[in-house]
Amino acid sequence: MPAVQETIDRVRSIDVDQYKYGFFTDIESDKAPKGLNEDIIRFISAKKDEPEWMLEWRLDAYRRWLTMTEPTWARVEYPPIDFNDIYYYSAPKTAAGPKSLDEVDPELLETYEKLGIPLREQEILAGVEPKNRVAVDAVFDSVSVVTTFKEELKKAGVIFCSISEAMREHPELVRKYLGTVVPVTDNFYATLNSAVFTDGSFVYVPEGVRCPMELSTYFRINEQNTGQFERTLIIADKGAYVSYLEGCTAPQRDENQLHAAVVELIALDDAEIKYSTVQNWYPGDSEGKGGIYNFVTKRGDCRGKNSKISWTQVETGSAITWKYPSCILRGDNSRGEFYSIAVSNGCQQIDSGTKMMHLGKNTSSRIISKGISAGRSQNTYRGLVSAHRKASNARNFTQCDSLLIGQDCGAHTVPYIESKNATAVFEHEATTSKISDDQMFYCQQRGLSGEEAVALIVNGFVKDVIQQLPMEFAVEAQKLISISLEGSVG
Amino acid sequence: MLEIKNLHARIADDGAEILRGIDLTVKPGEVHAIMGPNGSGKSTLSYILAGKEDYEVTEGDILFNGESILEMAPEERASAGVFLAFQYPIEIPGVATMTFLKTAMNAQRKARGEEELSTPEFMRRVKDKAGELQVTMDMLKRPLNVGFSGGEKKRAEILQMALLEPSLCVLDETDSGLDIDALRVVADGVNKLRSPERSSIVITHYQRLLDHIVPDVVHVLSKGRIVKTGGKELALELEKNGYAEFVGAAA
Ligand SMILES: Nc1ncnc2c1ncn2[C@@H]1O[C@H](COP(=O)(O)OP(=O)(O)OP(=O)(O)O)[C@@H](O)[C@H]1O
Ligand SMILES: [Mg+2]
Repeated sequence: MPAVQETIDRVRSIDVDQYKYGFFTDIESDKAPKGLNEDIIRFISAKKDEPEWMLEWRLDAYRRWLTMTEPTWARVEYPPIDFNDIYYYSAPKTAAGPKSLDEVDPELLETYEKLGIPLREQEILAGVEPKNRVAVDAVFDSVSVVTTFKEELKKAGVIFCSISEAMREHPELVRKYLGTVVPVTDNFYATLNSAVFTDGSFVYVPEGVRCPMELSTYFRINEQNTGQFERTLIIADKGAYVSYLEGCTAPQRDENQLHAAVVELIALDDAEIKYSTVQNWYPGDSEGKGGIYNFVTKRGDCRGKNSKISWTQVETGSAITWKYPSCILRGDNSRGEFYSIAVSNGCQQIDSGTKMMHLGKNTSSRIISKGISAGRSQNTYRGLVSAHRKASNARNFTQCDSLLIGQDCGAHTVPYIESKNATAVFEHEATTSKISDDQMFYCQQRGLSGEEAVALIVNGFVKDVIQQLPMEFAVEAQKLISISLEGSVG
Repeated sequence: MLEIKNLHARIADDGAEILRGIDLTVKPGEVHAIMGPNGSGKSTLSYILAGKEDYEVTEGDILFNGESILEMAPEERASAGVFLAFQYPIEIPGVATMTFLKTAMNAQRKARGEEELSTPEFMRRVKDKAGELQVTMDMLKRPLNVGFSGGEKKRAEILQMALLEPSLCVLDETDSGLDIDALRVVADGVNKLRSPERSSIVITHYQRLLDHIVPDVVHVLSKGRIVKTGGKELALELEKNGYAEFVGAAA
């Protein structure tokens, strides 16, 4: 017990110092007045130069939202949110309109540099392709400030831009797909997002195209009392393939901030979308003060036959996480995957999981969830696997593993299974384990410090999921997990 | 090298005394064998040398290169050169043996203020030693000790020892579970490490290991005390007559 006790103490002392992204950029911003009403929505829509139908869509969502109540079924606790005490729009003054890289405010470029996010497009040297090229859409508070590699992607026919720009430049695509996976009235937070979403990324990969590079979006909340409501829409047309990654950080503040995003993925016949998240919002301090409320609706629609959608998430940040990236397996032979690592420490609360809804024939899904709880945190896996009456030969395999560090944290597994078709085969395996004193001692005997030992054992625990991440992010994710579990740096 | 003086220790949880006054001096280059009945405290002694916190030292001291190590954390002792080959090696799921080796080597190097090993240099060393100990590439890719056979686990322990190059090697029943060929491979591995600067404590129940690793001194441990010390012929005597004579004397 003593070795682990020490780790617990270290982990317990997790502090704001551990959060490496907690700085604030002092930049002039253009804000809507605090609070929410129809005028604010008109303001946002006008700022974005949106078509009339979009404004109507937002207002409709807002009116419906007024009649809805917040969900309470998740295993998370927090004081009531005052939705009128939030700024719904905040943009760096200098960011108006789409920009080329040379036009972006140097202050912003520096911010992203500090966050370790490459916003410069490496030159292609005389026929030498630089490896690990990633196109980035950078969203700062409520707006996208720059999107890299746009021209090159355009040559391949891929559209990658902010959703605001897509609304202006490709309204037919946005109108055709927006809200078709997560309907306006889906849930309280998705409806709120539909009313007030400010920016996010848009991706369209045309028929038969394999996107030539990784796409990614980095979300940064900078302003105080500002909510971030982003909206992402990704469409892979027939036979297309795209791999997309999102990352997110925020300054450390004493008050909580709301982040309510909606992500919709659509895969048509034979298409594949791989969506990875490295979520590192500010988690709050060791006493649970401050931190982001991450209330997110993510859903993918395997609309076409033989399509595939794969979610991979590494969740280390946020005070509260409420998030269930899901797959609607509509097309025959379609496949959904969910790979998750959820790390909770300090006073963090996570209620996360997935829904795999089997509608088509011969559909299959796979869920691998690794929860790690430390400190006084609570970590819940909540999952639903369902087979529709017509979903013959549906297959699911679920593996849920929890690792506890210390005595004061909790891990909970809540799997729901609903099968209306007798041919469905759903398998579920779950384990809960602790890092044993013997493992700690063994590693320490070989020269590892307590923290290094925990990091190594945890990395072993999450390996199956890390392998699903694009290579260039796997190492980052591993480091992030170690840092999240670090106590006083030893 | 190592001086254990009047060491008394008990189990931290329930206070039961396991070691009741051990005196043992190991000089540089020497190999000492410790034998003794089940439950006499051999593994406990090895754990206390390595710094396991389940035990509490109530009296006496352990000097390593002239300095007390009782206040040192296990990882500090490891970096200072103390290595324990476990009687029951621990499984580390998901961590490839190769990764574990690299992490351990670099952790010790870092603690000593040395540069990290480059990947090619690390690979060269691993291939070298793994070859000698007949540890296959396939095994190096598997998670450490998970699903390893008894013999494979012991070989993996010696591989770690060979790579970490400790100055004090404590081997706790490294011979148990080994077939005759593996015993020779492991013993050769240990003998290769013998040098005027390096000392070993070999805990075993069987003379046959000591045919391969010839000890300078043999001790008999019984009920937490060293009840007899002799040369390598003592092990032969024990093999023939059992412990009865010495155990009786200790009571
Ligand atoms: N952590 C512990 N908790 C309870 N009892 C312990 C603990 N460690 C050792 N003991 C007890 O102390 C005694 C000595 O154990 P130890 O493992 O050192 O014996 P050993 O000489 O290595 O025996 P063997 O030859 O069987 O390996 C035993 O009675 C054992 O049960
Ligand atoms: Mg023993």
